[in-house]
Amino acid sequence: MAASANTLTNRLKQQPWGLWWLQARRLTRIEVRRNLFSWRATWIYFLAFVPTIILLIHAVFDRDGKLAMSEDTMVLAGIVQFYYIRLGIFFGCLGIFSRLIRGEMVERSLHYYLLSPVRREILLLAKFAAGSFSAILLFGSAMIADFALVYMPYGTVGHDFVFNGPGLSQLEAYLAIAVLACLGYGAVFLLLSMIFRNPMPAAMLVLGWEAINPVLPSILQRISVASYLRHLMPVSVPGDGIFALLTVETEPAPAWAAVLGLLLLIAVVLAYSCYRIRRLEIRYTTD
Amino acid sequence: MNDRIVFENVSKFYGEVLGVNRISFSIPPGITTLVGPNGSGKTTLMNLMTGLVQPSSGQISIQGIAPGEPDTFFRMVGYCTQFDSFPRGLTGYQFLFDSLMLHGVSEYDAFRLAGEAMERVRLSDAAGRKIAAYSKGMRQKIRLAQAIAHHPRVLVLDEPLNGLDPMARAESLALFEELGRQGMHLIISSHILDEVDRISDRVILITGGYLIAEGNIHQVRQEVRDKPMQVLVRCDKPELLASRMFSVNHCVEARLHGDGKGVFLRTADVDEFYRLLNDVAVEGLVKIEAVAPADDDANAIYNYLIGSDGGAS
Repeated sequence: MAASANTLTNRLKQQPWGLWWLQARRLTRIEVRRNLFSWRATWIYFLAFVPTIILLIHAVFDRDGKLAMSEDTMVLAGIVQFYYIRLGIFFGCLGIFSRLIRGEMVERSLHYYLLSPVRREILLLAKFAAGSFSAILLFGSAMIADFALVYMPYGTVGHDFVFNGPGLSQLEAYLAIAVLACLGYGAVFLLLSMIFRNPMPAAMLVLGWEAINPVLPSILQRISVASYLRHLMPVSVPGDGIFALLTVETEPAPAWAAVLGLLLLIAVVLAYSCYRIRRLEIRYTTD
Repeated sequence: MNDRIVFENVSKFYGEVLGVNRISFSIPPGITTLVGPNGSGKTTLMNLMTGLVQPSSGQISIQGIAPGEPDTFFRMVGYCTQFDSFPRGLTGYQFLFDSLMLHGVSEYDAFRLAGEAMERVRLSDAAGRKIAAYSKGMRQKIRLAQAIAHHPRVLVLDEPLNGLDPMARAESLALFEELGRQGMHLIISSHILDEVDRISDRVILITGGYLIAEGNIHQVRQEVRDKPMQVLVRCDKPELLASRMFSVNHCVEARLHGDGKGVFLRTADVDEFYRLLNDVAVEGLVKIEAVAPADDDANAIYNYLIGSDGGAS
């Protein structure tokens, strides 16, 4: 037992970790450039910043409206829970992550990566890191902008709410939700894009699955990104009618358990993706 | 050190469709031409060689390393594929630079090697232009540059002369020849057999997914015994030579060369033919200036073994 553990340790030490790290960093840099600085990314910018634009218009043109901070706090929580988690980050990640492997196959350029001296697992994880960085950067900065636009009009009261009240911790929770949502949906869509030629129908199934997840048996609720994120919401949004399905917590769980559960789900999905990419073949005519 | 490209009983099936079947060979360094008609399995063979597709059965290694170990394998292998596509929005230089950076070299070395590869394929002037604006021939060249930029020991080239004008084709062939002389492995598939034949050391003939002949071109030609061999003899009296050679029954065909200063003779027994030719030379009736095989090239072997209607590609 001890001997096999030693062998494993020695094997791990012999691996070229430095080279892998260097290759992963360089791959990530190339991918981030392609994700963020291309015209085709415009619609993802739009998805991220559409609430920001609406809030900006509201802040500029609706100055005389009656201000109610508790109501605006609820609006912001609603934007995060109903828009960002369910639509914005969902479709943004679909666009970013399904392009990483499938998009390259459609454009017939994936073989250049597979012919480089980079382990396929490193390639996949670097692409995942690049997609995650791009999505987190876009949606995270959009959420910070939304937060600022909601509380700035309140002047010193808003300042006190943010820095001396619960505001900052709420922002941290929203950012944590954005990060986990990007990682979770990213891992799922990266895998789906490797399995299906057109990942869109499968993504729609995931969207439906995420929506009905609260009414499923508890074991099935664990196979969902949004169900973990619901437990992290700093503000409970009351949902009426069909919206109640998106906000209800049928099985309350502590935040740490939700984070760990989601990270475990991401790890499992990424491990399976690594297994798939090891066996990936370049057959563009049939792909 | 094992310096060979080795296929051991390799088969590849795409579902129920045969790609290649039970291919075995061991290729030493030098230039090897892959010859076969469309759909014969040449590209599958190259993709198997470089790990882009995985064998259904059998083992593949290049210089002792399997394609499943990319971090060592692709340091010594370069593959110029037939896929005429590139990552979007890159200039020729960026394309090479990004590829080289993945090899773990420093930025300075990536810059230097990219420039050197561009220079080798005569594309330096277009280095700063977007690949999307390149002509077909330039795209072919930039793919070649990408395959050779990291100084591989093994270069796999799928139809590398496609889309090149005659000048660029000659330059590429000269480059392949030079790389072959340097001791590199070059595996080339091309339908321009006459041109690659000049530089090839060996030939692999493949049709319908089956390997039908492999080895030195002259040896392969001699093994095709049911097709009489054609020899061009340059001499001052070709008609006399033809009649003399026809006195033996292994000479089956004679055709005068267009300039009237030579004759193509076809013989079923090449050893006996050369013995008789020596006798004729010694007799002094005919002054023989040169003797050369006229059909032991890849093109002729292809035609004999696969058939000209196959449409080599």
